Amino acid sequence: MTTLLDKLWAAQEIVKSADGRSLLWVDRHLVHEGSHHAFAKLAARGARVAEPRLTFGVVDHYAPTRGPAASPAIARMIDTLEQNAAQHRVPCFGLNDPRQGIVHVVGPEQGLTLPGLLVTCGDSHTSTHGAFGALAFGIGATDVAHVLATQTIWQSKPKSMRLTVTGALGPGVGAKDIALAWIAKLGTGGAQGHAVEYAGEAVRALSMEGRMTLCNLSIEGGARFGMVAPDETTFSYIEGRPYAPKGAGFDEAVAYWRTLNSDTDAAFDRDVTIEAAEIAPIVTWGTSPEDALPVTATIPNPSQASEADADRITATIDYMGLTPGKALTEVEIDQVFIGSCTNARIEDLRAAAAVLAGRRAKVPGLVSPGSRQVKAQAEAEGLDRIFAQAGLEWVGSGCSMCVAMNGDSVAPGKRCASTTNRNFRGRQGRGARTHLMSPAMVAAAAVTGRLTDVRPMLKGRDAA
Amino acid sequence: MTAWSQHKGKAIALTLENIDTDQLIPARFMSTPRAEGYGDFLLHDMRKTSDGAPIPDFPINRHPEASILVAGRNFGSGSSREAAVYALVDFGIRAVIAPSFGDIFAANAVNNGLLPARVTDEDAARLLARLGAGPVELSLDIETRTLSLDNQTMPFSLSAPWAEKLINGWDDIDLTEHHRPAISAYRARRAETQPWVFPAEDTAG
Repeated sequence: MTTLLDKLWAAQEIVKSADGRSLLWVDRHLVHEGSHHAFAKLAARGARVAEPRLTFGVVDHYAPTRGPAASPAIARMIDTLEQNAAQHRVPCFGLNDPRQGIVHVVGPEQGLTLPGLLVTCGDSHTSTHGAFGALAFGIGATDVAHVLATQTIWQSKPKSMRLTVTGALGPGVGAKDIALAWIAKLGTGGAQGHAVEYAGEAVRALSMEGRMTLCNLSIEGGARFGMVAPDETTFSYIEGRPYAPKGAGFDEAVAYWRTLNSDTDAAFDRDVTIEAAEIAPIVTWGTSPEDALPVTATIPNPSQASEADADRITATIDYMGLTPGKALTEVEIDQVFIGSCTNARIEDLRAAAAVLAGRRAKVPGLVSPGSRQVKAQAEAEGLDRIFAQAGLEWVGSGCSMCVAMNGDSVAPGKRCASTTNRNFRGRQGRGARTHLMSPAMVAAAAVTGRLTDVRPMLKGRDAA
Repeated sequence: MTAWSQHKGKAIALTLENIDTDQLIPARFMSTPRAEGYGDFLLHDMRKTSDGAPIPDFPINRHPEASILVAGRNFGSGSSREAAVYALVDFGIRAVIAPSFGDIFAANAVNNGLLPARVTDEDAARLLARLGAGPVELSLDIETRTLSLDNQTMPFSLSAPWAEKLINGWDDIDLTEHHRPAISAYRARRAETQPWVFPAEDTAG
């Protein structure tokens, strides 16, 4: 009768208040440069980090990807994190640490993220870690300070939602397309107030990287939590990672992790099913992740929309510099970006490289691996040379052009095909025009210089 | 944070949906220490030209005295940046009224004494139509979860714990201190029954 959410919640609950909020134990707290407000709050109270062993710092949001920090203010943000971590004896994967990278890539990669844990971080894409069957969610600075001071957090239990993806995905279609498909269907507020459990054959068939992409984007559909019940794919990913349990501890953990799933008769507050075979490669055309369409579609025409939607569509098309009714595949791009906590893991880089191998990009672009470890792995596989030969720039790891905090940005009016998570106005830089899509689709767009259906380009190739 | 349960102020309309936190405060301003004030960054790229001049027609430029915003659905979606709330609060905003809010934004708002008042789609549409271009005096009462204007009242929703936090100005850390013994007991039990939940490797050095 119980859901995975019920089981995870019950395991973390320390007390429940009369008004219905739960005080939950936090197993892993990840902090980054943006956590400076929280450390300042802690200092103002004269408080210490309650559990430095369960707190991990990662330099990512402001990490330079090419050379030194772009400005003194950016350098100060990085120094401040490293100093706060040192002062509180918190392990920190700093700028010069070989384990540095994007927090949601590094946590799983280092074996810090495990099934059955509660993971918090002052970042909305913390839902990524739910891919392991963990309770993981983003929090603001006041709550970050609370976790630092107490290793606990107050939360009201969200409602449960199951999103089942039945059948098998077609070639050239992946986790990013599943995510954009459901967000387009339900809207950016579609899962607000809910924890989403992803289920079904198509989800089971995904690698951990794919599951992380899917859970990562939960927040773009309004869900603070995304999760996948752990299975053999999960266990084999974790085994042997630096901070993961070892030997008998690992076996004991796996035995427990096998119990972390929703009962077959579990009732969800909401149940949604989508058919994998119906999902085509998807691109966004507008300024909200729900503005997503199959790449074979045309740009919406406000004159054919309802009165309520017409104004918004007109304003969006104006910002994006598009022509209503035109085929998406006619939209020319200025540049590409492959990176971010959504799509910069090794599998993502392989998928992009499989399209780019032996081809040239018509537009410039950056490829920023999700971590230094991913970078090293990609270089060992020769992927860096494929990107370089295609004419793309192979750079360092960090949030980079996804959030444009480190100086990597898209110039006003320029159009970028991007593997990131948000096409919000100004997200990649003031006036920037972002089209979200999968790494394979970004690679295809790079080759043709316009939004492109990757599927014909995969013929005769092994789509990684 | 300041406790409050009633507020009367000028309300203005922002007739947009999906005003995400990247729009509420663009990322490039977030390295600023809070002490310097975040009010000037609020909706920066929507209300100022690329050379920083205010766009006179933008609602909060026209009425900087406003303390209540009424907006479309999904206000504060996206990034968890609490700086979005700081920008609103430092500008002088006490409440945002909308049909829905980003979950993380709403939690951050309550942590900073900003009321996220949720109304139905119909009531939001009525309010936006009534406000039009001008500010309208509006009263809010957290105890009764009602807002009033023109001698009419309208309900809004807000969860009980959030209402209590706003009314009492509670800081969660103080509240949690009362549960120290329960937290210690929980930790000890977890370490004993599931030792693997603590990281295998100790520290980086």
